Amino acid sequence: MTEHLLEVCDLSVEFHTAGGTVKAVQDVSWHLDRGETLAILGESGSGKSVSASAIMNLIDMPPGRITSGRILLNGADMLKMTAEERRRINGARIAMIFQDPLAHLNPVYTVGWQIAEMMTTHGTPAAEARERALALLKRVGIPEPAEAMAKYPHQFSGGQRQRLMIAMALAFKPDILIADEPTTALDVTVQAQVLALLEELQAETGMGLLLITHDLGVVAEIADRVVVMNSGRIVETGNAAEVYSNPQHPYTKKLIGAAPGKGAMPAERDRGGEPLLRVERLSKHYGAFHALKGVSFTIMPGETVAVVGESGSGKSTLARALLRLEEPSGGQAFYKGRDLVTMPPKDLFGLRREIQMVFQDPTQSLNPRMSVYQLISEAWAIHPEILPRARWRARVAELLTKVGLDPGMAQRYPHQFSGGQRQRIAIARALALEPRLIVCDEAVSALDVSIQAQVIALLEGLRREFGLSYLFIAHDLPVVRDFADRVIVMKEGEIVEEGTVRQIFNAPHEPYTRALLAASLDPDPEVQARRREARLAEGLLTA
Amino acid sequence: MKKFIGKRAVASAISLVGLVIMVFFLSRLTGDPTDLYLPVDASLQAREQFREINGLNDPLMVQFGRYVADLAVLDFGNSIRRSRPAIDVVLEGFAWTLWLACVTMLLVTFAAIVIGSLAAFRVGGIFDRIATFFSLVGASAPDFWIAIVAIVVFAVNLRWLPTSGTGTIWHWVLPVSVLFIRPFGLILQVVRGSMIGVLSSAYVKTARAKGVRNRPIIFVHGLRNGMLPVITVIGDQAAGILNGAVIVETIFGFPGIGKLMIDSILQRDFNVVLAAIMVSALAIFLMNLLIDLAYALLDPRIRY
Amino acid sequence: MTQIAPDTGARPRSGLATVISLLWRDKFAFCAALFLLLVVICALLGPLLLEGAATKQNLRGRNAPPFDMERDWEFFFGADALGRPLLVRIIVAAQNTMMIAAGAVFFSALIGSSLGLAAGWSRGRMSQIIPRLGDVIMSFPSLLLAVIVLYMLDPSVFNIIIVLAITRIPVYLRTARAEVLEVRERMFVQAAKVMGASDLRIVFRHILPVVLPTLLTIATLDFAFVMLAESSLSFLGIGIQPPEITWGLMVAQGRPYLTNAWWLSFWPGLAIILTTLSLNLLSNWMRIALDPVQRWRLEMGGRKND
Repeated sequence: MTEHLLEVCDLSVEFHTAGGTVKAVQDVSWHLDRGETLAILGESGSGKSVSASAIMNLIDMPPGRITSGRILLNGADMLKMTAEERRRINGARIAMIFQDPLAHLNPVYTVGWQIAEMMTTHGTPAAEARERALALLKRVGIPEPAEAMAKYPHQFSGGQRQRLMIAMALAFKPDILIADEPTTALDVTVQAQVLALLEELQAETGMGLLLITHDLGVVAEIADRVVVMNSGRIVETGNAAEVYSNPQHPYTKKLIGAAPGKGAMPAERDRGGEPLLRVERLSKHYGAFHALKGVSFTIMPGETVAVVGESGSGKSTLARALLRLEEPSGGQAFYKGRDLVTMPPKDLFGLRREIQMVFQDPTQSLNPRMSVYQLISEAWAIHPEILPRARWRARVAELLTKVGLDPGMAQRYPHQFSGGQRQRIAIARALALEPRLIVCDEAVSALDVSIQAQVIALLEGLRREFGLSYLFIAHDLPVVRDFADRVIVMKEGEIVEEGTVRQIFNAPHEPYTRALLAASLDPDPEVQARRREARLAEGLLTA
Repeated sequence: MKKFIGKRAVASAISLVGLVIMVFFLSRLTGDPTDLYLPVDASLQAREQFREINGLNDPLMVQFGRYVADLAVLDFGNSIRRSRPAIDVVLEGFAWTLWLACVTMLLVTFAAIVIGSLAAFRVGGIFDRIATFFSLVGASAPDFWIAIVAIVVFAVNLRWLPTSGTGTIWHWVLPVSVLFIRPFGLILQVVRGSMIGVLSSAYVKTARAKGVRNRPIIFVHGLRNGMLPVITVIGDQAAGILNGAVIVETIFGFPGIGKLMIDSILQRDFNVVLAAIMVSALAIFLMNLLIDLAYALLDPRIRY
Repeated sequence: MTQIAPDTGARPRSGLATVISLLWRDKFAFCAALFLLLVVICALLGPLLLEGAATKQNLRGRNAPPFDMERDWEFFFGADALGRPLLVRIIVAAQNTMMIAAGAVFFSALIGSSLGLAAGWSRGRMSQIIPRLGDVIMSFPSLLLAVIVLYMLDPSVFNIIIVLAITRIPVYLRTARAEVLEVRERMFVQAAKVMGASDLRIVFRHILPVVLPTLLTIATLDFAFVMLAESSLSFLGIGIQPPEITWGLMVAQGRPYLTNAWWLSFWPGLAIILTTLSLNLLSNWMRIALDPVQRWRLEMGGRKND
């Protein structure tokens, strides 16, 4: 057997928690060679990041404990090394970048200092380190690198921050780069750029790249081999394209099946008659900044309209302005013929129950100090005309069943549920008011793919059952493709394109829509390979 | 920055004006100094003369107007008891208190930061538990009790240290130590809490992944972030001492501004009280500016 | 837990048993709570049962030393300058000491929190004026205020409560306001708005329950602070006047005899320190126990995973 650059053998890690001992990973084995990209694919709680933390000696012990296994770096077992030896490897031979670079960069030091520190820590003289830091900033494509050296992390955009992290990680020319969800919070076009940069740098240095992700699209785009993890165990491993086209394990099949954007697009439905909501030239200014610049569209009864766009496109402001969480600066929004924008608070109260909202992060949109019963029944405390108090309990149970939760859980508190379950509670709360229109602000973006599919199916079922309309705000195009009737593409506060799902996905007119579609990643490695060729040909990513 | 200082100054000036007005009238409600300074059997004439000299015969509003007019030319009036300009008396006392505050707070800050950071590094470890327990005891201790117990032990029984006065450096040991205990306990807890949060933050994880050593992780990456909430508490505690460490100053016979304020109220020496309030308010205003400046220096995200 | 609770009570009926079991997990807090309970019992019953013994002078027993087994249990801690038993006097003084602290904490917490809630929630004038009010009180040297007021009014228990309460209002005002400003931006408040909840409902059903644990924790800490402040006043001779007694006053009364009878000041001081320490420990425990997200740390008992 040949010696691998990095090899993890039979690694098991457990954590002591409130619920007893949790086996985070069990008997995990994989290896990584020079110049290769290995992806560890898994959903939250699958233990996909644990082996990386073990490699970097980032597991806090206690509560964590490595119960068995070896981690071989060029054949030497890292778990038998002293703390000081491990420290010398970190950054110098194995470097790591993380999701959410803003949190992972120290806010009070300049980026130049932080990049140089990577080198001074491992013995490079300060002057040389600064010089090299400047060269690195240039290499990863930070504009005006000399000025950037003296800036602080909060002065950069999300994509630039991830570039800074990459520059820092590569400062000491490591043999291995571990990237933990490196593009998860980024816009699709930025994600494509960052992945391209990683690939380029890998080609330059010949390093091994270990990529931890939940996104099949990222695997398809960049990985040579993939390790699929579920509940702390490896369920499948192999060549990325083969695993996708011919999955063996049921979990892998389920995961691939749940990936959005592959189903048939909804048939065009003819909806004559009066629109439920007609928005006209709605605008919102914050001082001189125009977040919304006169947006107009309509929603028919029973229709799902998706609003897609990248961060800063104004799509969330649109939702908040419609619900009067922010006062619009101008324009009108007619709901059943009455203008929501100018409506006095008293009349608005009556309408509140007809237009509801599901927020992005259910952890934050559910009051942590209220039980599920209190959360859902509050709707009727506010609008007593809906339901007499005597029937609250039965109705809560009914709603919980409807969204696929056990009615016996009504007395529990939100933190006792998983993310997907919490979003179901939030949906049940919205349904309690028997609304006509539900505004979903990134309602499934924080969820795992398989959960995402379930929640979408739930929303779809509710639409059919109650004839609901949705204004579905998302940044993720494949999700929209499966679910929406019509799509509105927004950029910098304006609608750039509007059409049925078929029109937008099959024949986009605007270059921006095309760029969005081109940058969004398909879970199929072969499709992705074709797109990359097309993209290179079109030169869309020369930035 | 200038605009910010200006705004701050205006806000402080407004509350100071309110304070001076309140103290001016309230303090005069406590009684007539004449009764205190002249013997009980003093003649009516002598009393009248005393009142005339000290301007106590005019209606209160006139007295107040005169006080404000004098204030405009920085005349704070005379101390009745000491027959000297009130401001001189106050500044003498303030100098002592300022020294006391500086020495104590420097020691407290240094000790609390080092011990608190180390305790936060190994939460639940033996060092952490000892430090936490002692900081809790410190924060709970009544300073007057600590002071008299310390006098009994160190000054009376062991005879190591003088009981009161200001002559030598040895005179400073007991007051500073007693004053040290409570702020130390409070600040240590804040440092520990803040550093626990900081040391489990994402950027500290990055630093570990970079291979940074433990000491720079705590004191370079951690401390500068962890200091932000601590500074506020340091400011509050320092303000407490600047406003007069009355108890400690009284027990150790330390001629600071706190003792002066209380004595002057009891002696109905109103001009001294007012001058003392204004001086310590100014000192606290300047200190708060320093704190804000420290914030901006520590955290580049803060701009005024 | 499995039982279906009555209509209004969505929280599982746990009550006292849960609190005690949570306390038991933190041995320090448990001892602290026991000690405080003892102090409260002393405060409630002490004066009723022992008033006579506490004031009976016994000139032959002046400054009697502690731990003298030949005397009654009452003299276990020794006797003061008039031969009155110290242990009994400490028990009796608990009432005034606790009453003043509790009263001051109650009023300052009530007024300060209400002002803070109003200042944090309203967008209008109130949000400007109320914090200024707090600043003015803060800038007033609190001991000076106390001296002036108590010099004018007579230093009765009630007046001392009022003076101490006023000086502590800004603590609650600032905390409540800062918390409200933060909580009002949280998603669940927005969600309540979308449902059409009124301002009152949002403040009392959504914001207050989130802010309340912080305020309770602060109030516990502040109880200790107010006790120390009251003791300081008594020590300076401007607080409670004899024949009423508080622990602080007892420390002051013992001061002239420091060199030959240390116990006169020592025992009441120890009572103060143990009570404030217990309050601090309890406050630390409360911070965790009242937070549903952190409570598991206590429920699992172990300290190893802090």
